[in-house]
Amino acid sequence: MNLIIFTTILLLGFTTYYFGRKKALLIQNTNTRLTALPKFYGYYLAIWCSIPAFIIFALWSIFEPTIVKLLVLTDYSNQGYQSDELNLIYEKTKSLARGFYSGEVTVFLEDSAAKYQNLKSIAINSKVVVVLSIIIASTLFAYKKISNNTRTREPVEKFLNAILFTSSLAAILTTLGIVFSLIFETIRFFSVIPVFDFIFGTHWYPAKTFVRDASAEIDPEMYKDAFGSVPLFAGTFFIAFIAMCVAIPIGLLSGIYLSEYASKNVRKYAKPLIEILAGIPTVVYGFFAALTVGPFLREIGINLGLEVSSESALAAGGVMGIMIIPFISSLSDDVITSVPQSLRDGSYAMGATKSETIKKVIFPAALPGIVGSILLGVSRAIGETMIVVMASGLAANLTFNPLESTSTITAQIVVILIGDQQFGDPKTQAAFALGMTLFLVTLCLNVFALKIVKTYREKYD
Amino acid sequence: MTKKEILLKKRYNSEKRFKLYGQFAIGFALLFLFIFLFKIFSTGFTAFQKTLLKVDVTYDKELLYLDENPTLEDLKDADYYELALKSMADLDPNATEEQQNQLKRMVSYIFDTEIKNHLLKNPDLLGQTSSVLLTASDDLDQVYKGNFPRDIPEKQRRVSDYQLKIYDQLVDDGKVISNFNFSFFTRADSREAELAGIASAVVGSFFTILVCLVISFPVAVLAAIYLEEFAPKNRITDFIEVNINNLAAVPSIVFGLLGLGVLLAIFHLPRSTSLVGGITLSLMTLPTIIIAARASLKAVPPSIREAALAMGASKMQTTMHHTVPLSMPGTLSGTIIGLAQALGETAPLILIGMVAFINTIPMSPMDPSASLPVQVYLWAESAERGFVEKVSACIMVLLGFLILMNLLAQIVRHKFETKWS
Repeated sequence: MNLIIFTTILLLGFTTYYFGRKKALLIQNTNTRLTALPKFYGYYLAIWCSIPAFIIFALWSIFEPTIVKLLVLTDYSNQGYQSDELNLIYEKTKSLARGFYSGEVTVFLEDSAAKYQNLKSIAINSKVVVVLSIIIASTLFAYKKISNNTRTREPVEKFLNAILFTSSLAAILTTLGIVFSLIFETIRFFSVIPVFDFIFGTHWYPAKTFVRDASAEIDPEMYKDAFGSVPLFAGTFFIAFIAMCVAIPIGLLSGIYLSEYASKNVRKYAKPLIEILAGIPTVVYGFFAALTVGPFLREIGINLGLEVSSESALAAGGVMGIMIIPFISSLSDDVITSVPQSLRDGSYAMGATKSETIKKVIFPAALPGIVGSILLGVSRAIGETMIVVMASGLAANLTFNPLESTSTITAQIVVILIGDQQFGDPKTQAAFALGMTLFLVTLCLNVFALKIVKTYREKYD
Repeated sequence: MTKKEILLKKRYNSEKRFKLYGQFAIGFALLFLFIFLFKIFSTGFTAFQKTLLKVDVTYDKELLYLDENPTLEDLKDADYYELALKSMADLDPNATEEQQNQLKRMVSYIFDTEIKNHLLKNPDLLGQTSSVLLTASDDLDQVYKGNFPRDIPEKQRRVSDYQLKIYDQLVDDGKVISNFNFSFFTRADSREAELAGIASAVVGSFFTILVCLVISFPVAVLAAIYLEEFAPKNRITDFIEVNINNLAAVPSIVFGLLGLGVLLAIFHLPRSTSLVGGITLSLMTLPTIIIAARASLKAVPPSIREAALAMGASKMQTTMHHTVPLSMPGTLSGTIIGLAQALGETAPLILIGMVAFINTIPMSPMDPSASLPVQVYLWAESAERGFVEKVSACIMVLLGFLILMNLLAQIVRHKFETKWS
C-alpha cells in the first residue's frame, strides 16, 4: 500500500510538471509577459504537488506504528505490566493479527488482535484520504498562484537551495550518528564497569563474562579484571609505533627523493607505483602478513635461536608500516614541493650541496607539514583493523616484545562483535566503549594534524 | 690533501649517501610491491585450474531402480548415489570396504549429481557405459598441482598411500585432466574447497557498491555544490567543513559500529545484507566524494560563472547549467576512486554480519550475502590447504576489479576533463 501511495505521488508530480508548463504557455498566448521560463511554472506546480504530500506521508509512516501500539496497549495499562511484558503482548498481538501466531490464544489477545486489525485498516484508509486531500489542496493553491502569474523562479530556486543545504548536513548527521550510536552503549557500559577499572586495569579478558543463563543473577565479581583496557592501548600504540618505524624513514626518504632528486621519468613511474600500495585493500595486507611475513619472520627467528610467535606484533606492524608509506611519501612530497624555490636558490648560492640544502633549509621549513602528515599516518595506523585481526594475536597480552603477539583496540572490537551480538551485555557494550575511545583518539589526532597542515599551507601561500 | 679538500670530499660523500638512501627507500617500497604481487599470483593462479577424474560409469537400470522404459522425469527423480558409489568402487575391483570408502573420498561429495547431470544431457546413455568427468577432491587436486609433498609419512598426509596408488594408475591411463575452473566463478561459497566459488561474493559486492553509489553520489554532489557555490561564510558552514575533513579520517571500523548500533539495532534493517553494507559504506565514502567534487568545482575558472551571470542567468542556473557539468569529470573520477576504496573495505562489513556463511547467490540487496574482501577474510581463516590458493585467486579478482575501477577513473579524468590554462 505504501508503495502505491509513493508511486502515485511521484507520478502526479511528473504530470503536474507538464501541466504547469502548459499553463505557462497558455498564459503566454494571451500576450501576458511571463515572470519566468515556462519550465519553472512546471517545477513550481510539481514541487507543490508532491513535496507536502510526501512529507506528510513520511511522517505518518514513521509515527503510525507507535500510535497504533499505544492505542492497543491502553487496554492493558491498568493491569500493572512491565514495559517488556507489554512489548511481548504487543508482538503476540501483531503476529496473531497477521495469522503467524502459534502459541496459546487467550480472549484478551483475540480482542487486541481484532483491535489492532481495526486500527490498521482505519490508519491506511485515513492515510490515503489525508495524503490525497493534501495533494489536491496544495496543487490547487499552487495552480491558483501560477494562474495569477506570480513569480515562480525564486521559490523554486529557494527550494533547491534548501535541498542543497540539507544534503550538506549529511556530514554532520553522520558524525552525530557515530556519536549517538557509541555514546549510549558506552554510558551503559560505564554504569556497570567503573571508569577507573577500564582505564587502569591491566587485564582484558571479556570472554570471562560469558553467561549461559541470561536471567541468572549477575555476579559483579565476574566483571573484575575482565575489562582493563591498558593492554589494548599498549598493544595499539606499540603496533602503531612499529608501523611508524617502518613508514617514517622509508616514506619520508622516498618523498624527499621524488621531489628533489628524481628525474621526470622516474617520478612519472615511481610515484603511481608507490601509490598502488595505498590502494591495496587492508584485508589483502592482512592475508600477506599472516601467510608470508609471519612464517618468514618465524623462520629467521628460529635460525637465530629466538622464540618468535607466528602471529607477532612485528609482522603486523611491519606490514602496516608498508601500507602507510604512500600516505607519508605523497603528503611530504607535496609539502616539500610547496617550499618556495627562493629558499633553495639562496642555499645553493651559499655553496651548499643538495643534501645540505634539504637537511638544513627545506626540511626545517617543511617540518610542520611533515609532522602533520606523520600524525595522519599514526591515526591511520591506530584505526587499522584487518591487518591486526589476521596477523597479530587476538589475546590481549601486555608485552613490549615485538616477537610476541599482542592485540589492539580495533581487533578486540571485531573479536567481540563478530557473529551474533546481544545488546545489553557488557561485552557488547565494551566494544562500543572501545569504539568511542578509538573515535576520540583519532579525532584529536586528526584535528591537530589538519590544523598543523593548514597553518603551514597558509604560511607559504 | 689539504684540510679543505678532505672536508669537501666528505661533504660530497655525504651527498652521495643521502641520495642513495632515497633510492634505497623507493627501491624497498617497490621491492615489497613486487614480492607481494608475485606471491599472490604464484599461489593464486592454480586456483583457476580444476582437476577432474575421468571415471567409467555404467548406467545400470537396476542400480537406479528404474523400470523398462523410464521417462525423463523418472531419470530426474532417480537416486544416483548407489550407482556413483559403485562406479568409484569399480576403479579397483579388489578393494576392501575401507578402501572403497577411500575411493569415494577421491572425488567431491557432489559426484552423484555430476553423474546424474551427465545422463540427463544424453539420455541415450542409459544401460551403456560412458566416461564421466568428476571433480576431484580438494586433497587430490592439491596433489595434482604439486602443493602436497608426497614423500612424507602417510600419517601426516591427507591423502593415503592407497589413494595415491589409484591416483597414479589414473594418471598413467591419462584419466586425470585439468580444465579451466568455471565453477570458481559460478558457484557460491562452500565448505569444500574444490567446490567453493566467488559468485555470491562478487554479486554481493556488486549490490553493496551499487547501494553505496546510489546513496552517496547524489548527497555528496549536492553537498559539495552547496558548500562550494552557495554557502555563506559563517559558523555553520565552517563547522560542516571541519566535520567533513574529520569524517574522511575516521577509522572504518567506527562506521561499522555506526551501522550496527543505528541501522541494525534501531532501524531493524535485515542483518548480513548488502543493503546495510551499502548504507554503511556510503556514509564512509561520502566525505571522499564531497572533497573530490569540491576540488573539481573549485577548478572551474570564475570566468565561466561571470559569463553566465552576465548573460542574465541566476546563480542557480549558472551553477546547474555551467559549473556543475564542467566539474562532472573530476567528480566522477573521485567517486569511482571512493567506490574502489569502499569495495576493498572489510571491517565495517564484518561488524554488520556479512561474515555469515552464505552458500546461495543473492538475488537482491535485501538477501544475505558475502562480499569479496570478506570472502578473502573468511577463506584466509580456514585451515584447509585448498583454500590458500582460493584466497589468492579471490584477491586476484578483487585487485582486478580495483585496477579496472582506477583505470576507469583515469580515463574519465583525462578524456573528458576540460583543461583550463
